[in-house]
Amino acid sequence: MSSTTAAMVSPGGSVSPVRSAVGRFGVYGGRYVPETLMAALEELEAAYNEAKDDASFQAELADLLHNYCGRPTPLYYAKRLSDQLGGAKIYLKREDLLHTGAHKINNALGQGLLAKRMGKQRVIAETGAGQHGVATATVCALLGMDCVIYMGEEDMRRQELNVYRMRLLGAEVRGVSAGSATLKDAISEAMRDWVTNVRTTFYILGSALGSHPYPTMVRDFHRVISIEAKQQILEQEGKLPTAVVACVGGGSNAIGAFYEFIDDADVKLIGVEAGGRGSAIGEHAARFAKIGGGVPGVLQGTYSYVLQDDAGQIALTHSVSAGLDYASVGPEHAMLHDSGRATYTSATDDEALKAVVTLARTEGILPALESAHAVAEAIKLAPTMSKDAVLMVNLSGRGDKDMGILSKELDVKGAKAEVKA
Amino acid sequence: MAIKFEKKPGLVIYLTAGDPDLATTRDIALAAIDNGADVIELGVPFSDPLADGPVIQRASERAVAKGTRLTDVLGIAKEIRAARPEAGLILFSYLNPVIRLGMKEFAAKAAEAGADGVLLTDMIVEEAGEYLAEMKANSLAPVFLAAPTSPDVRLKAIAENSKGFVYAISRVGITGTQSSLTSDASEIVTRLKKFTTLPIAVGFGVSNAEHVKAVGEFADAAVIGSAIVQLIEKTDAKEAAAAVGRFVAGLRA
Repeated sequence: MSSTTAAMVSPGGSVSPVRSAVGRFGVYGGRYVPETLMAALEELEAAYNEAKDDASFQAELADLLHNYCGRPTPLYYAKRLSDQLGGAKIYLKREDLLHTGAHKINNALGQGLLAKRMGKQRVIAETGAGQHGVATATVCALLGMDCVIYMGEEDMRRQELNVYRMRLLGAEVRGVSAGSATLKDAISEAMRDWVTNVRTTFYILGSALGSHPYPTMVRDFHRVISIEAKQQILEQEGKLPTAVVACVGGGSNAIGAFYEFIDDADVKLIGVEAGGRGSAIGEHAARFAKIGGGVPGVLQGTYSYVLQDDAGQIALTHSVSAGLDYASVGPEHAMLHDSGRATYTSATDDEALKAVVTLARTEGILPALESAHAVAEAIKLAPTMSKDAVLMVNLSGRGDKDMGILSKELDVKGAKAEVKA
Repeated sequence: MAIKFEKKPGLVIYLTAGDPDLATTRDIALAAIDNGADVIELGVPFSDPLADGPVIQRASERAVAKGTRLTDVLGIAKEIRAARPEAGLILFSYLNPVIRLGMKEFAAKAAEAGADGVLLTDMIVEEAGEYLAEMKANSLAPVFLAAPTSPDVRLKAIAENSKGFVYAISRVGITGTQSSLTSDASEIVTRLKKFTTLPIAVGFGVSNAEHVKAVGEFADAAVIGSAIVQLIEKTDAKEAAAAVGRFVAGLRA
């Protein structure tokens, strides 16, 4: 811990709209953790700040992102989809083509290299859809570190293939049966492990969530998405996009896709949450919904919008996509929501399922169910826009992992593919 | 009505309010006080208790499922205070239910109920500006947790901002019983004593009379939580108060 940090241990912050210095996005973010973790968070923050400014760390990360993960990912003009919708030109940022099948590897690799640099031999992570777990297991295999992944038992059931992949890669997958047995419960269990083994363990948190420095660090590792996309769209279209669309669970792919466009006031930023199967609490994960949405509170270390009841108990959530099925949202999104810089909408389970079929059959691309929520929004939006408008969709992951659930949810017979009643 | 530890070591007894039900929690608290507890920590059940081990997780889940609310816990705090004016009484909660009620309203209601102090599990000193102001305005004692991993600069801030007592976490980990105390426990108390003359209570894994005696050799009080919650879990509700009373009486035997 640096001496400048040490000098700052004094009551400063607040959960009311008073901005404290440490890791805040407007009034959101901060650090709300058991004291046992504070030394580890400060150690992590100092190590990350050092690594961030270290050219050799950045060079190693850039080399692996290029040669191991396959960056830069293409920005692909989806012509048939655009023509069929008859409005804006739709571009897909192909994070689904990355090694392990989703954007998650950008962050897992960054944090994995940081763990190595800090001399931590044991890595833990939580996972929802399993993509962050697979990415973390992959990085641990690559760097020779021990790996334990916490996953809700409900998610293990619906993302069975990813559980097998993680185990094949050498990770130990521990099922979590508490609560709704989904992402939130996996994070709590990972935090309990971290509290217990904090002296030897690095926690690779998979979304732009949790206590400072995680939301900032995770966003920084995903910034590469919008850094590349901005250059690519300028090359291909000679102008910035009209709007950038991304799905929002914790919000890591979205913040990565938005970040370099935040200062470009003319570029609309649209986050798409899980609308699930209805607007009643428990039926969705739309934290920013005007009806049935969340209110600011503290869950798992950060102050942000949280789906909860009027006594402050965290609500159950539902989404067909495990990766969006979470009661809170990254604090930077909460700030972008309140300031109006980004807008947040939702797509239902059925809309996402239909979007999978549409994209598969117009472009030959199978999106992850999470990413399909962003595609669903593009399908709604594009026809309302002019033909010279440019809609950029962050295709955060591929759908291979979802074959089990798709075969249950979709009736596919020849040319017909319908959502089962 | 004050936090004081007259016998050595003092006993702080944690209860998950609403498990098995609110009236029983109240009766258990009274029985604990009558059998030697100096301070009752009344735990507000929370849906996502990430600092707690399986025993308190299960108790919280049962209490939340019964619909136990922070305002209900404040209600039985008031009853415990009315019945035992001399006992120490602390409200123990995760932050979110408190934020949902409103920090200002929570502090006013806690004072009105007759609580002596508050412990918020996921509130660290740096984020505590408004919390400390509201505690002060309502003459409530903020109790902060101190961990074996906290460097001295943090222990100093924790000690300086706590009132009533400082809660020293005995080991690196979550709540739950264990067979013996680690060397972390005495080390953190020694380090804390450099910064404060407040009583120091040691908790996490303090489960039986032997542990209490060991804690008494270097600290002012022992906090017993999971062992009691587990006893309540396996005892019929009608018998729970008497069983906890006997257990507490045996802790200083």
